[in-house]
Amino acid sequence: MINKKVANISEALQGVADNMTFMFGGFGLSGIPENAIAALVKRNIKGLTCISNNAGVDDFGLGLLLHQKQIKKMVSSYVGENDEFERQMLSGELDVELIPQGTLAERCRAAQAGFPAIYTPAGYGTEVAEGKETREFDGKMYVLEHAFKADFAFVKAWKGDAAGNLIFKGTARNFNPNMCGAAKITVVEVEELVPVGTLDPNQIHIPGIFVQRIFQGETYEKRIEQLTVRQKA
Amino acid sequence: MLDKNGIAKRIAKEVKDGYYVNLGIGIPTLVANFVRDDIEVEFQSENGVLGMGPFPFEGEEDADIINAGKQTITTLPGASFFDSATSFAMIRGQHVDLTILGAMEVSENGDIANWKIPGKMVKGMGGAMDLVASAENIIVAMMHTNRAGDSKLLKNCSLPLTGVGCVKKIVTNMAVIEVTTKGFKLLERAPGVSVEDIKKATEGHLIIEGDIPEMRI
Repeated sequence: MINKKVANISEALQGVADNMTFMFGGFGLSGIPENAIAALVKRNIKGLTCISNNAGVDDFGLGLLLHQKQIKKMVSSYVGENDEFERQMLSGELDVELIPQGTLAERCRAAQAGFPAIYTPAGYGTEVAEGKETREFDGKMYVLEHAFKADFAFVKAWKGDAAGNLIFKGTARNFNPNMCGAAKITVVEVEELVPVGTLDPNQIHIPGIFVQRIFQGETYEKRIEQLTVRQKA
Repeated sequence: MLDKNGIAKRIAKEVKDGYYVNLGIGIPTLVANFVRDDIEVEFQSENGVLGMGPFPFEGEEDADIINAGKQTITTLPGASFFDSATSFAMIRGQHVDLTILGAMEVSENGDIANWKIPGKMVKGMGGAMDLVASAENIIVAMMHTNRAGDSKLLKNCSLPLTGVGCVKKIVTNMAVIEVTTKGFKLLERAPGVSVEDIKKATEGHLIIEGDIPEMRI
C-alpha cells in the first residue's frame, strides 16, 4: 500500500503559492472541499485561477476566497448566487470565463485521462466557440476544447483510506471524481478516513492512483443552498 | 391564456412511457407534477442523479442530495448517482430522450437564447449549451411575450445564443408551436386565445394551416 495520508491540512497544502491554478470539486455548496477552502483563506495567497462549476455564495464556499480578493480568474459554468462575485466581475477586478457545464467536466476528465483536447457540440455557433477550432464529423459541427492544466485539485469525498481510494455520497459526487488526477497534485479531504482494507474494492469510485494527498476534514457545515421540503399530509 | 402550471400541464402530455427526461429550472420543473402516473419516467438532473423523486419531508433533507437548482430532493427506487462527466455523457450521447427548458428568445430557425443579457445578467449557461447542442427532442417552455410585451418568438434572436437550430417545439401561455425549416408552425392555441392574438404576439414567421385546434389539457 502506498500511503497518501498526510498529518494535517498544513501538510496537505504544502506547495500552494500565489498565481497558481486550482480545481475545486462541488456543485453549488454540495460536495465542496470546505476544509481546504478555509485553510486557503487563512493562507491568503493571491492571484488564483479557480476552476469550479460555481463560485460559492457570499459568505461560504469560494465566496470566502472572493471576499478576500484572492481570486484573479474564475472558470465556471454558473455563477448566479453571489453578489460579491457579480460586483467584482462588473468592475473588472475579476476575470471570468464561463463555459458549458459538460465542457467543464470533460476538460477535467481529459486532463485526468491524458487527452490534450476533446471535440464537443456544446457551444457551437455561440460566443463560447469564438476563436476556437471547429470541425465537422458526420454532418454535425463540434468545437475543440483543451484539457485543463492545474497545479492543485481540491476534492471532497465521503469515505477514503490512506491508499487514496475514494467513495462519494449522493450528488456531492459531481465534479469531484473528474478532478482527481486532473491537476499536478490532487488533495482529497474526506468525512471519514477509514482503515485500509475496510473499503470494498468493488465499491471504490476513484482508485488511489489518482490521489496524492488525503486527510480527514475537521468539521463539515454542509450548508444547504435551497432548502425545499414538503409537508407531511 | 395559460398560466405557468398550464404550460407545464400541456408539456407533460409530451412525456411518454419509458422516457428519461431532463427538466430545466423554472416552468420545466413543474412538468414533473403533471406526468401521468400510469407511465414510467425517470428524471435526470445534470448535477448527477437519475430517478429524482419529490422534495423531502421537513427534517429529512440531506445536503448531499440536491438537484441542478440546488434544491434538496429525494430519490425513487431504482435511482442512481454519478459524476458530472457521466451525467453529460448521458446528455451529449443522446441517452436522455427529452429535454425541457426555458428560454428568453427563440428564433424561427430554432436558435435559442437563455443564458445572458449583456450588461445586465451574466449568470452563466450551466448545462444548457450541452443540452441544446445534443438533445434530439427539445421542448421550450416559456411565456409568449416578455414583461415589456415584446414577442419572444423572433425572426432572429437578439441576445447571445445558447445553441443554433436546435429547438423543435415551443409551448407558451398562448400556443403550441413546431419549429420547421419554413418557420414557426402553429399547432394548437391556448383556451380563449385566437389565431389572431397569436399572430400579433409572434414576430417571427408564423405558418397557419387550416383550423387550429384548442389545446386539450
